[in-house]
Amino acid sequence: MAEHHSSYVPSTGIERWLDARLPIIRLMHDSAVSYPVPRNLNYFWTFGAILMFMLVAQLVTGIVLAMHYTPHVDFAFNSVESIMRDVNYGWLLRYMHANGASMFFIAVYVHIARGMYYGSYKAPREVLWILGVVIFLLMMATAFMGYVLPWGQMSFWGATVITNLFSAVPVVGEAIVTWLWGGYSVDNPTLNRFFSLHYLLPFMIFGVVILHVWALHHVGQNNPAGVEVKNVAKDTMPFTPFATVKDLFAMVVFMIFFAWFVFYQPNFLGHADNYIPADPLKTPAHIVPEWYFLPFYGILRAIPDKLGGVIAMFASIAVLAFLPWLDTSKVKSGRYRPTFRIFFWIFVVVTILLGYTGSQPTDKVVLSLGGRTILDMVGFAQILTVMYFAYFFVALPLLGLFEKPKAVPASIADSVLGDSAAAHK
Amino acid sequence: MADQSMSEPNRRDFLLLATGAAGAVAAGGAVWPLISQMMPDASTIAAGAPVEVDLAPIGEGKAITLKWRGKPIFVRHRTKAEIESSRKEDSLITIDPEADSKRVKSFEGKAQDQWIVVYGSCTHLGCVPTSFAGDFGGWYCPCHGSHYDNAGRIRRGPAPKNLFIPDYAFLSGSKIRIG
Repeated sequence: MAEHHSSYVPSTGIERWLDARLPIIRLMHDSAVSYPVPRNLNYFWTFGAILMFMLVAQLVTGIVLAMHYTPHVDFAFNSVESIMRDVNYGWLLRYMHANGASMFFIAVYVHIARGMYYGSYKAPREVLWILGVVIFLLMMATAFMGYVLPWGQMSFWGATVITNLFSAVPVVGEAIVTWLWGGYSVDNPTLNRFFSLHYLLPFMIFGVVILHVWALHHVGQNNPAGVEVKNVAKDTMPFTPFATVKDLFAMVVFMIFFAWFVFYQPNFLGHADNYIPADPLKTPAHIVPEWYFLPFYGILRAIPDKLGGVIAMFASIAVLAFLPWLDTSKVKSGRYRPTFRIFFWIFVVVTILLGYTGSQPTDKVVLSLGGRTILDMVGFAQILTVMYFAYFFVALPLLGLFEKPKAVPASIADSVLGDSAAAHK
Repeated sequence: MADQSMSEPNRRDFLLLATGAAGAVAAGGAVWPLISQMMPDASTIAAGAPVEVDLAPIGEGKAITLKWRGKPIFVRHRTKAEIESSRKEDSLITIDPEADSKRVKSFEGKAQDQWIVVYGSCTHLGCVPTSFAGDFGGWYCPCHGSHYDNAGRIRRGPAPKNLFIPDYAFLSGSKIRIG
């Protein structure tokens, strides 16, 4: 809401004094109290607040874990075990941090899917959306480096495989990899710098989140109807108490889900192999990344060419940034796009299936007829990869041209109140 | 006056350009140490010094794995049958064509066909392939399914290159130096 005027009135002398010098309370009041939010937001719009909570939770648990962790190949694994056994509440902090990463990704995937369904990437929110893609990339880099730190088998081999992706770059690839490693293989210098960067990146995420929220508050929130706010009095509610309380409630529900993992299934989302100390001479029989990377890993493995696989994997993430221009439809919300909706859900299923292929051995048979293999895991992943990209490059551009959308409500108030609002006009 | 300053560079323009150029060089010079520090340091390079390997204990049809520069190196003593089968398939190598004879070294003019020395690091994404496995009697990488033959040549799978051969030389008929 660029036109949203400040309604902050300093009530005490101290507030007036501060407001004339650094209007920080005014800024907070305008962005978190009086800020108008569309009145029709559903619970999918609470994931921004949930993500903010997760970022802070990861920062807090991470900073205290760093007080006990030793970034050295000879001590890293044992220092993590000592956190689990010796440090007061160390088990809790580590399980919160490790599962927190997964929760962070669950929340971000819901957040991204919500944006894709309701067309939140469309004008005027392109920059807001691209900043979100940047945050997602930073999250992936942070999570990857964090997973390396316990220096178990999956840490080591995950680090080896992911850094080797850069060796696919023509000519300078090997030099880049040596530079990333600081040696001839993943070793102590690698672990040390990953620790340093794992500590740095979350603060960079924090910085981009500030830009993301700034952009959000400048253009205003999208909403399930996908129509812009026309009349602040009719279409919106003040952020506090309405959005604040709703966000808090959603956060509590999410925390219950989070706590269930931390207290009942703390290793469910991890791999048993990572409780074996790193061994540079032995690769685990079946290496898989953490679940949140599986769809992209599935795409990497689908392409039989090394450079092609790496390009396809990075492209599958980078393509998100181009969504605002690939989707040609004027209608934002999937609610009024009956054909788009079908393709959106196919896309969701395809992405989940890609994750499944990424978690399975490459030579596993998917479909066989009379003992003959018709489709193995790689072939299945190839079909899914084509479908994944087809959503962006075929379905979205063409749907905007051929789909006949349903009637979009005239305003947010109309979409909430329906005919009664129309009758009172 | 305005036209003149637009068309003819004056002393101020020159100073701006020169200062900008000097600043860019200085910034580059200041950034370089920050990039260079991430390259292998002196102790890492020293620890990667050449090593000698005694081949005598490795019987025919056997292989050893040793660690050098943080990576496994496979030293494999091939049998006559293995050498023959590999040479017969020279024309079938399509991913990274290389003759079997190019995968071995010689000592005093005599080709040491029985010795294959390769990095035990898959050229796809760096996993350690399993020895005596896969469809071609060489190595099989469990990570993404690359098959190598007994000369370490990639035969099937996503790896783009044959297993790399480290720098090595025969010091005698039964001793090599790697590096």
